[in-house]
Amino acid sequence: MNPVLGRWLPFLALCVAFGMAWVLSDYQRAVASYIGIFALVCVGLVLMTGVAGMVSFGQAAFVGLGAYATGYLTTAYQCSPWFGLLFALVGAAVIATLIGLMTVRMSGHYLALVTLCFCISFYFLVGNLEVLGRFNGLTGIPSITLFGYDLRSELAGYLVVLVALALSTWWVRRILNSRVGRVIRSLRTGSLIAETFGASAYQHRLVAFVVAAVFSALSGWLYAHLQRFLNPTPFGVQMSLEYLFMIVIGGSASVWGAILGAGLVTLLKQELQSLLQPLFGATTRLEMLVFAAVIVVVLIKARRGLWPFIAHLLPPAGPHQTIVAETLTDRRQKPNRGVVLLAADQLTRNFGGLVAVDRVSFEVRAGEILGLLGPNGAGKSTLFNLLTGVIGQTDGQIRLLGKPQPCVSSRAMCRSGVARTFQHVKLVSDMTLIENVAIGATHLGHAGLTAATFRLDRAEERRLLSWSMQLLEQVGLANKAWELAGSLPLGHQRILEIARALAADPVLLLLDEPAAGLRANEKAELAELLCRLRDDGLGVLLVEHDMEFVSIVADRLMVMNFGKLIAYGAPAEVRANRAVQEAYLGVAA
Amino acid sequence: MSLDIAAILLQDGLTNGAIYVLLAVVLVLIFTVTRIVFVPQGDLVALSALTLADFELGHRPGVVWILGPAAGVALILELIAARGQLRLMWRPAIEFGVVPGLVILLALFAVPKDAPLLWKMVVTCGLITVIAPILYRIAFQPMAEASPLVLLIAAVAVHFGLTSLALHIFGAEGVRTSGFAGAPFEFLGQSVSPQTIGVIITSLVLSAAMFIFFSRALTGKALLAAAFNRRGAELVGISTARAGRIAFLVAGFVGAVSGLLIGPITTLYYDSGFLLGLKGFVGAIVGGLAVYPVAAAGALLVGLIESFASFWVSAYRDLAVFMLIIPVLFWRSLATPNFEEDAE
Repeated sequence: MNPVLGRWLPFLALCVAFGMAWVLSDYQRAVASYIGIFALVCVGLVLMTGVAGMVSFGQAAFVGLGAYATGYLTTAYQCSPWFGLLFALVGAAVIATLIGLMTVRMSGHYLALVTLCFCISFYFLVGNLEVLGRFNGLTGIPSITLFGYDLRSELAGYLVVLVALALSTWWVRRILNSRVGRVIRSLRTGSLIAETFGASAYQHRLVAFVVAAVFSALSGWLYAHLQRFLNPTPFGVQMSLEYLFMIVIGGSASVWGAILGAGLVTLLKQELQSLLQPLFGATTRLEMLVFAAVIVVVLIKARRGLWPFIAHLLPPAGPHQTIVAETLTDRRQKPNRGVVLLAADQLTRNFGGLVAVDRVSFEVRAGEILGLLGPNGAGKSTLFNLLTGVIGQTDGQIRLLGKPQPCVSSRAMCRSGVARTFQHVKLVSDMTLIENVAIGATHLGHAGLTAATFRLDRAEERRLLSWSMQLLEQVGLANKAWELAGSLPLGHQRILEIARALAADPVLLLLDEPAAGLRANEKAELAELLCRLRDDGLGVLLVEHDMEFVSIVADRLMVMNFGKLIAYGAPAEVRANRAVQEAYLGVAA
Repeated sequence: MSLDIAAILLQDGLTNGAIYVLLAVVLVLIFTVTRIVFVPQGDLVALSALTLADFELGHRPGVVWILGPAAGVALILELIAARGQLRLMWRPAIEFGVVPGLVILLALFAVPKDAPLLWKMVVTCGLITVIAPILYRIAFQPMAEASPLVLLIAAVAVHFGLTSLALHIFGAEGVRTSGFAGAPFEFLGQSVSPQTIGVIITSLVLSAAMFIFFSRALTGKALLAAAFNRRGAELVGISTARAGRIAFLVAGFVGAVSGLLIGPITTLYYDSGFLLGLKGFVGAIVGGLAVYPVAAAGALLVGLIESFASFWVSAYRDLAVFMLIIPVLFWRSLATPNFEEDAE
């Protein structure tokens, strides 16, 4: 199908929605406005829950915050609704930042519970505050006026909501396709990818949480001025959970799924109520039983929601931009061949009484491949974790380019020029190859959220993507640049990880068992790639089980057993070493 | 505040706290075994009290309308999973067919209005206890490998389903049930009701029993192994599905008992379970969802805060409890600076 059509489809949908304004009845317009207001919250939730993997049970409270902020200002002080909007958005952002600072660092269900408690507290607080009208509510909220026009009709309301939703959707999609967005998209797999490539997972989680809260506040502002009456009920936990249900049913990974979910849940609920109330009385809530069942079935059968089934029928959007060849300007100065990149001195790590790494000293130089061998449990992985800053050493010192590294962290190591791959491949499977590689280049760019919003990041994005493309060409995956990483075979995924590590513009590459699980021809390709990188002046530390593979590529070898370095030197020398033969064969050969 | 009032509030707080302890300990138990944050635990508590109230009023217990259909669905799912193999069918047939059937028959025909309170309580316990593993079979077992967040959403969905059914069956009226009979007696110059003593002792015994079961008994350790590494546990012959059902069975029983304990103290409505569960949860969070004694202490603290807050700032009682979680989480986030979770 036509990729151009795919790209223009969102615009087409917006035009149809715009045209519908004059086709629908007033009642339908009102319902559609509510769907739009709910969808706004859901679009924020997509960024936070679907993409960054954090669940909030308190989104309705942020809606309420926005609604009551503007409601109070416009009734008590007769402020303009536009001032109310500003106040609502800033207020929500501040409170979300405060809550986020405390909780986004912790595992997911803590955030879920804190937001839940926030939501309950908000409900009781508003319900008991005299100035906010207690549980009776706040009345007489003015409608929005724009250039003297009073936007109080259903038609105007529908259009205002549509504009807000379109802008928000556009903004979220823009964030997701930026440097910050790529890091946020990696967070669902955990913090490791972000931290390894110099980005703070904590900060990016916070950004996603705050943006979602701001969307909710915007939704609340619209709600307050369209409804022109507020009471605490629509901002309780119940509604927070319904928002969550909307994105789960619609599909939490895409903004379109969120809009679909908001529409489906709202309409279905209405239909069910009109069906069930005559049968079971006006107070029945049995429609929630149906929703509960739908949610459980969706979670079991289609965890990514219903949108993927529809997306499947639509034309694919194709690549967003063509890659212009541009050179990265501020590349790192490459050290001369033979310069010591990394030096470990008497490196030691204890786990309780166990000495996993025992006074290990070695050096890696620019333009060489150092192979690290050892039987299972020899301490290779611990050593690797020490070098990459995942854990700290008990004793000893690591020097990088002659500078001692007192407190290693993954982020600091990345910034000083060390990049790594993972033993168990860690890629973002629903991102394209080129985007995965671009995550590696995160710390080479500077554009933040504001730049992404106003398209000030385009020049930098062009440079980063072009740089990523060059690396894909270098490793031989350029022809698959726009495919999803999850669709690659394991061998190519490992190569892709190397490309991503190279994107960080490192001087030293740490590879954790890159040949594990590869077929013979894939190993040959990998060996060739590593040799090319070495010839370019890169230093490589290779942890590997496969003796044959290491023998082909490594310039020098080091062998560990029981935490100690038992041999260190040229391959032939190490292979002839008695201690090494004992460690591998169990007897003296 | 006089000392007398303080003593009364203390007594109130300890009684409610003791019930939150039971909730907190069960939540920790279920989370460690299945990684589910079992939101509907509070609903089981409410259902238990509502069921006993039905018996006391001489009504047919409405809860059979939840148990019966749910057991039916679970049985059908099991029979489909058995794919016609008879040797795989008899066990689910007993678990989801015969046992719930017998309990329902007992509840419908063997509990006259003038039956002794203890017998009514026993049947109530039976009804509620068998519901929990059925819920696990229907909603959680098919997605047992999912991330904690997905399981949490499913738990919320189950909670919604249960409350909407409970509203339909029991209506919006609140109930109070009878409890431990007897006149209040003097203790350290305070009038103490037998109910208070009964609640505290039962809570102590049950939570101690659960604690010992999971730290000492082999089955308990197997359950924890199932939680720690599902595949590893399967490899050494521990069925994670069975582990989940046992954990839920325990949860059902403790939930039922909690309902009987709280019924005489507080008026319970069809939807009271949610806030109850949350308060237990705040306690469980204090223990990081992992450490039983700390979780229990946290739950007790929740009871006390709630009791004193209801005296000072009555309208903001619940607010005070849920605000407690914020400093607690702040402290926990400082204590565990680099928490790395396994996402999807």
